[in-house]
Amino acid sequence: MVKATLNRAFQTVYTMWLREMLRFWRSKSRIIGSIATPIFFLIFLGAGFSSSFQTESGSPFDVSYLAPGLIGMAVLFSSMMGGVSIIWDREFGFLKEILIAPVSRFYVALGKAVGGVTTAMIQGLLILIIAWLIGIKYISIIGVIAAIGVMFVSGIGFIGLGIAVASKIDSHEGFQMVMSFLTMPLVLLSGAFFPISKLPAWMNVLVYSNPLTYGVEALRYFLLGKSVIPISLSIAVIIVFAFAMIGLGGKTFENTKVT
Amino acid sequence: MLHAIETMEITKKFESITAVNNVSISVKPGELFGLLGPNGAGKTTLISMLSTMIEPTEGRATVWGFDVEREAPRVRESIGIVFQDTTLDDRLTGRESLDLHGRLYGLDTKTRKMRIQDVLSLVELSDRADALVKTYSGGMMRRLEIARGLMHHPRVLFLDEPTLGLDPQTRLHIWEYIKTLNKAEGVTIVLTTHYMEEADHLCDRIAIIDHGEIVALDTPEALKDMLGGDVIILELEKPEDKSRLCEIYKKNGTAKIVSEKNGEIFITVKNGEHQIPHILYLASNAGVSILAVSLRKPTLDDVFLHHTGRAIRDRAATEVEQVGYKIRARRK
Ligand SMILES: Nc1ncnc2c1ncn2[C@@H]1O[C@H](COP(=O)(O)OP(=O)(O)OP(=O)(O)O)[C@@H](O)[C@H]1O
Ligand SMILES: [Mg+2]
Repeated sequence: MVKATLNRAFQTVYTMWLREMLRFWRSKSRIIGSIATPIFFLIFLGAGFSSSFQTESGSPFDVSYLAPGLIGMAVLFSSMMGGVSIIWDREFGFLKEILIAPVSRFYVALGKAVGGVTTAMIQGLLILIIAWLIGIKYISIIGVIAAIGVMFVSGIGFIGLGIAVASKIDSHEGFQMVMSFLTMPLVLLSGAFFPISKLPAWMNVLVYSNPLTYGVEALRYFLLGKSVIPISLSIAVIIVFAFAMIGLGGKTFENTKVT
Repeated sequence: MLHAIETMEITKKFESITAVNNVSISVKPGELFGLLGPNGAGKTTLISMLSTMIEPTEGRATVWGFDVEREAPRVRESIGIVFQDTTLDDRLTGRESLDLHGRLYGLDTKTRKMRIQDVLSLVELSDRADALVKTYSGGMMRRLEIARGLMHHPRVLFLDEPTLGLDPQTRLHIWEYIKTLNKAEGVTIVLTTHYMEEADHLCDRIAIIDHGEIVALDTPEALKDMLGGDVIILELEKPEDKSRLCEIYKKNGTAKIVSEKNGEIFITVKNGEHQIPHILYLASNAGVSILAVSLRKPTLDDVFLHHTGRAIRDRAATEVEQVGYKIRARRK
């Protein structure tokens, strides 16, 4: 009985994951687009920063500082997208096919999350590799593996958030709102692009209450061996965030309506 | 089991609109049941309640013996549904759509493979199964959706406007699938439509629904018979003979209903073709000369008109709606 239920739950999660993979595989332009942006950031922003900051402080700006931030940004974008894509499923009708099926909606949401987070990790990983090819040095193999774990955990958190938001929004206009009012501030207030040690107090509050900050800090710790926030705190925050958001996303999705 | 579907005074209200009002119907296992009504009649709303997509405001309903509110998961296992608007993921192939559906309904790998073959060949899509749904025509998408609805051997299949916006040839094809399914596989089918011929051609019984209420429910034949039979129309050479002739027919007891309009006489009789000779005989006996005779079998249009005082829809609406359907399909 318990085994059958578990088996069914696994089937549901796997089915939803499979669909995300099939779709992802077919949208190669989307994959290229989504890793091109961080790569451009890395090359041009890196070049710009290092030439302008060098003269001010005396010591040269370290381009590798940007890599964890950009990986974090890519994971954030693609996991939010993965969650928010429920809006499209709703608009194009496919959501009805899922909601009418005799399966637990919570596991449907979980499957969607695992699928989205897989794509997010593939993209994060691609950036990680490209940055390494460009010449950025990571401290160790163990560190890189730990960083992949961080991508997974923070990806789950953001996708849960995306699902929760998408379950409440019933049009694609809402999508623009989410992108402008949620995703952009999360990136800009995360320390993905600037050191968080010397910020004005008002910004400190925002930066330290932003879950992405902890994800990026953890990546920085594992990839480069330095971080401002203690690693144990970063890990604790992203794990709590992931559980909270997947719970919230699953619950909200259970009550979503289609007409 | 007594009923495949039973509703007991089921009602759905949206803010100010009562979309479905106090509907009590029952559908027998194996029946092909039609809900016929104009746009906005409440067909989709009724089906949405039966398929557990929305909850009734009042009343109760069971599907295959399960309560749609209290036993929703059991209901979902027992039904298949083709929604009015397409619910396909156009980035998947036909086969993938069926496979994912099979997985969601808990079919194992072997069963899935077999079922996919079966349903694909039923709707004649086997050769396009590995093309992306994006590249399908409207008719192919509809067929794929029917195939998908059948994947898991549902007891009851709901088809919401299965042939909306399709060309006459495709429509005929889909009618054939629906008939086969119902007769050969014994699936109970509830379909909604606003095409009279569709309901007439396919359904064992039809409920005519208007403004959320059932105004008539019976077999197509019985519904038409209720109008009293066929209509014979006589055109007279001299219009002034009209009333005299009407009197003769009424007195003679040939016909139940006799009326006149624009120089023509309308006689409602059973078995029209057999009555014509007698009717002409009476006329010539009375010395009335007849220019033309025509016989009209009643259609469901007449039935609808009789019950609601309106024609179900005009031509213009059909065209507008087809355009709407195309736009919807394009948008994807
Ligand atoms: N979610 C909703 N919110 C508000 N009103 C609704 C909703 N769904 C349906 N209605 C209203 O309920 C009535 C019945 O709609 P329904 O879709 O059931 O009609 P229908 O018979 O399926 O029509 P059609 O032939 O156009 O598909 C209409 O007046 C419609 O505007
Ligand atoms: Mg409808």
